[in-house]
Amino acid sequence: MSTAQISNLVVPGKGQSVWLVTLSAAAMAFLAVFALALSVTASKLAHTWSASLAQTATVRIAAPPQEIEAQTELVLEVLRTTPGISAARLMPVEDQAALLEAWLGPDLPLDALPLPRLVELTETATGPDRQGLRLRLAAEAPGAVYDDHTRWRRPLVQAASRLQGVALVSLGLIGAVTAAIIALASSAALSSNGQVIRVLRLVGARDRFIARAFVRRISTRAFFGALAGTALAMLVMLAVPNVGQTVPVFEGIGFDGVNWLWPLAVPPLAMALAWASSMATAFRVLRGVT
Amino acid sequence: MIVFEDVSHDYGGGPLFRDVSVRLEPGSFHFLTGPSGAGKSTFLKLCYGELVPSDGKVTLLNRDLRKMSRDELAETRERIGVVHQDCQFLDHLSVELNVALPLSTTGRAVSQSDIGDLLGWVGLGERAEALPPTLSGGERQRAALARAIISAPNVLLADEPTGNLDWEMSQRLMMLMIELNRMGTAVLIATHDLNLIRFAKAQVQARVMRISGRKLQLAGSEL
Repeated sequence: MSTAQISNLVVPGKGQSVWLVTLSAAAMAFLAVFALALSVTASKLAHTWSASLAQTATVRIAAPPQEIEAQTELVLEVLRTTPGISAARLMPVEDQAALLEAWLGPDLPLDALPLPRLVELTETATGPDRQGLRLRLAAEAPGAVYDDHTRWRRPLVQAASRLQGVALVSLGLIGAVTAAIIALASSAALSSNGQVIRVLRLVGARDRFIARAFVRRISTRAFFGALAGTALAMLVMLAVPNVGQTVPVFEGIGFDGVNWLWPLAVPPLAMALAWASSMATAFRVLRGVT
Repeated sequence: MIVFEDVSHDYGGGPLFRDVSVRLEPGSFHFLTGPSGAGKSTFLKLCYGELVPSDGKVTLLNRDLRKMSRDELAETRERIGVVHQDCQFLDHLSVELNVALPLSTTGRAVSQSDIGDLLGWVGLGERAEALPPTLSGGERQRAALARAIISAPNVLLADEPTGNLDWEMSQRLMMLMIELNRMGTAVLIATHDLNLIRFAKAQVQARVMRISGRKLQLAGSEL
């Protein structure tokens, strides 16, 4: 019988600590998957918002009714001749109404409201000289205001980044709590197996051998516990209804595509964490045994 | 092999014994006697490094006990077999696996035929697959002896090995240890059983040490 085989046998596979490790690993893995989902979602949102708003801008034209058509034509002409702008499109009234309907409801008489005209423009990679464009618009169409979305893009991206930071901190906390629980469980397992340790020391077993015998068992339990917790969390995430199609702001929440691979890293990571935590505990406890 | 130089030991309530100097040579046979609480078990624990002396120097197989690392102590214990009165086993493993522990836990080859022979020698050939809790007192002592000697140690230490056994079984176990000594293993047995000592002295040249009045003395010839 090899050393590895006997190492698997010397520690009895019973005791409360075994269940403590399995259950805590399962619970922490379950939470870790949701923290991961939050992190992935926040990252996607930050990227999407940043990318989609980075190369778009709007010109809002507010002018008296008798001047609005002329100013709109002037603005479109200015935009067509400005370097760094690849396309400019006057937003149809129906599109404006659809945008406002989400906030004001379908029954408002939008036709009666003095709505400004909106021109959507798409910038090239280099973008226009924004200050110069503002000055030209102010000179040729005094009712036109150029808005490159910086004002509200930056806080949105910042919020998403902070959300991702919170998710990462949560993952760190989950890892720390898991390590602490497994350290306690390891200590309990070692204490309740005093006879095993005494016998092994008596026959000349090294601390490394004794520690590995316990650590192998604990980290294996942590792996299978985390596997169960991860599988359950993934099933729950799959069961969450996809509301992204009806409520665009929720689009992209959770895992999609290759992001589903992230949770698969949780069980091996839990095992590695359990290994490190229980190994450190085992050596600390064994130092007190002659 | 095992050398005590001016060794004293106490557990905090005054010395159990003091200024003990003794040498256990290779192939020697010693008994250690004395009243209960005199320090026989403590003496044996010092002999395999479970305790470090409060004062003085203990050398185990040419290594200073006080300077040994934990790995060196474990390595030394591979060469010192120990049998306790209340011998402990891994209760969930068979007798065979328990006996093989000194080899299997240190990465040395375990020969099934050697284990079978050894178990046969101690009279446990039929109990190889039994679990320790199912063994009788005598069987436990013999299993402990088999475990202690499977790695061919230089020294065998036994603490009241016949304390729970009847006279017939005690003699049988003693004969096993005498036979082991004849093969070159140094033996030290702590016991207060004078009949057992007399029985052994009729078979082998044994020296008797006595702990009394906090001193270690060589016992007289009346034994």
